[in-house]
Amino acid sequence: MDKIACDLLCTARTMLTPHHALLTLRADEPLPKVSPGQFANVRVAGSPATFLRRPVSIHDYDGAATVQLLVHAVGDGTRRLCELQVGERLDCVLPLGRGFTLPDTPLRALLVGGGVGVAPLYLLGVELVRRGCDVTFLLGGKTEADILRREAFEAVGRVCLTTEDGSAGTRGFVTHSPAMGERYDFIYTCGPKPMMQAVGRAARQSGTPCEVSLENMMACGLGACLCCVEKTTTGNRCVCTDGPVFNTQELIL
Amino acid sequence: MPNLSVSIASLRLKNPVLTASGTFGYGTEFAPFVDLEALGGFIVKGTTLHAREGNDYPRMAETPSGMLNCVGLQNKGVDHFCTHIYPTLRDLDTNVIVNVSGSSPEDYAECARRIAALERIPAIELNISCPNVRQGGMAFGVTAAGAAEVVRAVRWAYPKTLIVKLSPNVTDIAEIARAVEAEGADSVSLINTLLGMAIDIERRRPVLSITTGGLSGPAVRPVALRMVWQVARAVKIPVIGLGGICTAEDAISFIMAGATAVQVGTANFLDPRASQRIAQGIGEWMESHGVESVEEIRGVVS
Ligand SMILES: Cc1cc2nc3c(=O)[nH]c(=O)nc-3n(C[C@H](O)[C@H](O)[C@H](O)COP(=O)(O)OP(=O)(O)OC[C@H]3O[C@@H](n4cnc5c(N)ncnc54)[C@H](O)[C@@H]3O)c2cc1C
Ligand SMILES: Cc1cc2nc3c(=O)[nH]c(=O)nc-3n(C[C@H](O)[C@H](O)[C@H](O)COP(=O)(O)O)c2cc1C
Ligand code: FES
Repeated sequence: MDKIACDLLCTARTMLTPHHALLTLRADEPLPKVSPGQFANVRVAGSPATFLRRPVSIHDYDGAATVQLLVHAVGDGTRRLCELQVGERLDCVLPLGRGFTLPDTPLRALLVGGGVGVAPLYLLGVELVRRGCDVTFLLGGKTEADILRREAFEAVGRVCLTTEDGSAGTRGFVTHSPAMGERYDFIYTCGPKPMMQAVGRAARQSGTPCEVSLENMMACGLGACLCCVEKTTTGNRCVCTDGPVFNTQELIL
Repeated sequence: MPNLSVSIASLRLKNPVLTASGTFGYGTEFAPFVDLEALGGFIVKGTTLHAREGNDYPRMAETPSGMLNCVGLQNKGVDHFCTHIYPTLRDLDTNVIVNVSGSSPEDYAECARRIAALERIPAIELNISCPNVRQGGMAFGVTAAGAAEVVRAVRWAYPKTLIVKLSPNVTDIAEIARAVEAEGADSVSLINTLLGMAIDIERRRPVLSITTGGLSGPAVRPVALRMVWQVARAVKIPVIGLGGICTAEDAISFIMAGATAVQVGTANFLDPRASQRIAQGIGEWMESHGVESVEEIRGVVS
C-alpha cells in the first residue's frame, strides 16, 4: 500500500449545505489505489489555529487521479477547507489507514451513516455493488437537511432514512429504522460515536459482523506518534494505521 | 558542493539532520516520503526494558504553533526491538539511534546493555525526562544529581556513543549539561518537551488524559534556541539542538547557536518530507552563502 504526499488541484467545489462542501481534487499523476474507508491527511493553509493536518475520509475515487472529499465545517480547519477555491491546491498525504473489509462473495450489507459519517460509505457502497452485493444505506440526521448526497446514494443502492424531527424517513435515530431489524451478512457504520455504539450493540445482538470507522484525533496519520490510539481487546492500537476501521468485536464499546 | 558531514564522538553523520524520538516512529513509517539514507540519521521511539501500554487517550492537544502530548512511552520493550525492529533497519546506510527510557538507573543500564549488542546501532540517546519511581515520580533530568546518577549507571553498561537528552523543565540547564558531561556522556541533545497543559472549558476538564503533557513544535523554538546556546557555551562535548525546527533556516540558527547537529521532530507531522527537505536546504543555503563546511558556521553566535 503506497502513500504519497502531493498537492491536489481543486477542480470543483459544491456546497451541499451552508456547512458542508463536496471537494473534487485531482492529482497530476495517478494516485495509489484507494480502498474504501481510507483517508487523506490534509494541510490547511492560512489558519493559525490549525497547526496539524486534518484527517478526512476519501468519499469517492475514480480509480485514477481524482478523489472527492465531503467536509463538514466544525472548526477553523474544516471551515477553510469548505472555502477552498477551484484552481487552488491542497497539500494531502494519502491514501492512509486500513479501510473496510471487502467480501469475496456477494452478500447482503447494511451501511449506516450519521451526519458527515456518510462520507466513507459512498465509495464502500460502490465497491460492494461492484462485487455483486445487495447494499442498503441507512442514513440518519437531525433533520432532512442533514442528509447529505441522498441522490448519489440512491443511485448506488437502497436508501432508508431517519431524522430526529421526522422530516424525512423514520422519526428517531438510525437504530429506530425498520431497516435495522432486517437480516444482513455484514454491517458497516460511520458517524457520531453514540450512533456507532448503538449500531455495534444491535449487530452484536443479532450476531452480525460489524465494522466501524473511528475518528480519533490524529497528529502524524502514519503510525509514528501513537497519539491516536484506541483501547482494544488486544491493547492500544493506532486508529491511523490499524484503523480507522475496526471490527466491533475488537473494540471496548 | 559544501561539506555537510559532522561528527559526534565516533558517530559520522552525512549531514547534521537527525529526526527526533517519538516523532519518526521506527523510520520505516516515513520511507514512502523520505530517503532515510539521505538523513544524517534517525532516532527511533522511546524504548524501555519492559513493554509499556502508555497513557489513555486523549494523548494529544493542538496548541498555537504546537502540540501537547502525553503518549507515555508506549512501546513493546527492548527485546521486541532487538528481534523484530532491528532486522528491518540494520542494512540502512545511515545512523539508527535508539532513544532509551526507564524508571530506575538499573532499567536504563540493562536496556542500554541489550542495545549495545546490536552491531549496527552506533549510539543511544538517553531520555532522562522520565519519572524516577523511587523519587516519587520526579523526573531524573530535573536535578543535576538525578541526571548524573542515570548517566553513571548507563556509562558503565554502554561503550558506544552515549547522547543524553536534556529536559528543559529546569532552572539552569547548563548545570545539568555539565553534570552529565562529567559522568562521561559523549554528547547532549536538547530540548525535550516543555511541560504544559490545556483545558476544555465546556467539559471543565483537562484535554489530556493525565492532565499535563509535553509541548513541542515551533512554539518552543525560541526557548530551545536559547538553551542550546547556553549549553554549547557550558560544555565541550557536541550539542545536538532541537525544538520546533521546521525549515533549513531554523536548523542553521541552531547550528549558529553552537549545535553540531539538529533533530527534526513535530515538523515531521506537518510535512512527512520535512527532514530530508531541511537537510537539502542546509546544503543549498551553505552553497549560496559560500560556506564550505558546517564548522564554519557552528557557534558563530557566541
Ligand atoms: C479517519 C478520520 C476521517 C474523517 N473523515 C471526515 C470527513 O470525511 N469529513 C469531515 O468533515 N470530517 C472528517 N473527520 C473529522 C475531521 O478530521 C475533524 O472534524 C477536523 O479535524 C476538525 O478540525 P477543525 O480545525 O475544523 O476543528 P477544530 O477547531 O480542531 O475542532 C472543532 C471541533 O471539532 C472537534 N474535532 C476536532 N477533531 C476532531 C476529530 N478528529 N473527530 C471528531 N471531532 C473532532 C473538536 O473536538 C472541536 O469540538 C475525520 C476524522 C478522522 C480521524
Ligand atoms: C508525539 C511525541 C512523542 C515523543 N516521544 C519521545 C520519546 O519517546 N522520547 C524522547 O526523548 N522524546 C520524545 N518526544 C520529544 C521529541 O523528541 C522532541 O524532543 C520534542 O518534540 C521537541 O522537538 P520538536 O519541537 O521539533 O518536536 C516526543 C515528542 C512528541 C511530539
Ligand atoms: S496519528 Fe500518529 S500514530 Fe496515529
